[in-house]
Amino acid sequence: MVCLRDKTSFASMAFTLYTLIQTAILCTNAIAVLHEERFLSKIGWGVDQGVGGFGDDPGVKAQILNLIRSVRTVMRVPLIIVNSACIILLLLFG
Amino acid sequence: MDLPHQGYRATKPRARAAPSAGDSVLFDDTSSAAPGMNSQGFYTPAYNMAGPSNDMQGGTGVNNLFADPMASAAMMYGSSLANQGKDMVNKEINRFMSVNKLKYFFAVDTRYVLKKLMILMFPYTHQDWEVRYHRDTPLTPRQDVNAPDLYIPTMAFITYILLAGMALGIQKRFSPEVLGLCASTALVWIIIEVLVMLLSLYLLTVHSDLSTFDLIAYSGYKYVGMIFTVLCGLMFGSDGYYVALAWSSCALMFFIVRSLKMKILPSISSDSMGMGSNSKHQLRLYITVATAVFQPIIIYWLTSHLVR
Repeated sequence: MVCLRDKTSFASMAFTLYTLIQTAILCTNAIAVLHEERFLSKIGWGVDQGVGGFGDDPGVKAQILNLIRSVRTVMRVPLIIVNSACIILLLLFG
Repeated sequence: MDLPHQGYRATKPRARAAPSAGDSVLFDDTSSAAPGMNSQGFYTPAYNMAGPSNDMQGGTGVNNLFADPMASAAMMYGSSLANQGKDMVNKEINRFMSVNKLKYFFAVDTRYVLKKLMILMFPYTHQDWEVRYHRDTPLTPRQDVNAPDLYIPTMAFITYILLAGMALGIQKRFSPEVLGLCASTALVWIIIEVLVMLLSLYLLTVHSDLSTFDLIAYSGYKYVGMIFTVLCGLMFGSDGYYVALAWSSCALMFFIVRSLKMKILPSISSDSMGMGSNSKHQLRLYITVATAVFQPIIIYWLTSHLVR
């Protein structure tokens, strides 16, 4: 009894590399799903509202908007491929 | 009568010895002529013993290794193919990470490792925290004790995994898959921490020369504290564990703050900064302090289950 409880207490906080990959895929999906004109412009995070002052350092908000826009542009096609692979694998192997 | 006999006998062995000496002189000539034959550019220097002896003895001796020209040609082709494969592998690896940059982090010696371990455990007396440069390139860890390296984090990581296995074995909770689980958990935490650091440095547009490998090095230094904590917990029980945890947490927090302060926070002597930079400065300070505070949390999280 005691050893079983200890082993599960170790395994409950254990990460595997597969968990990390799953987390990365889910986060990238979440960023890629944000629609430009239906959502981001409504809350003031559109592409035209990002470029503020032209100092040597863009602000934090401009960097975040840049990041969201570039993730959506760059990762669109690879995400399609990776998500399809994930779906097929989950259907086959549960 | 003896004298002429002796003289005759003296000459005769010499005469008999002359042809054998002549034969050995002949053999000496062939072996001394071998490098001369080689300089014409034979296949590889490993075959120099076979080649000239083949030629010198002419039709007499086919009793050597590479008599068959096909075998020697095949050997040459195989070695060139191996060289091509090696070059291709090196090129592919160089596309992902530059091996030269990685070599910089492993250029350590014993004196550096000992001093760095002492600084990690007791950083309060170390005076100069600047990373020294030499004509725009940072000095290697051999010459500068403040430079980050990847040797100590790698060794400390492996030692931590072995120590975790030993600690679990002492408590009779060991099984081989637990080792792999422990290793991947620790690795995932490193990756998460480095990614969060990179993200926050990008968001705040901190123009520092902290590369990915530097961040991996700085976040790998906590394993030294973890090893010390686990050892004290195993030797002195639960009280020793908490004392060692407090000690290594304070030392590691001090070390991280002093090391990253030079790189992340701007120098104070810039008067041209406007009012908007105050929040920036504050955010950079928050990042440094948050990194430092994260270290004891993760040390406790990864070692508490090993010491009960």
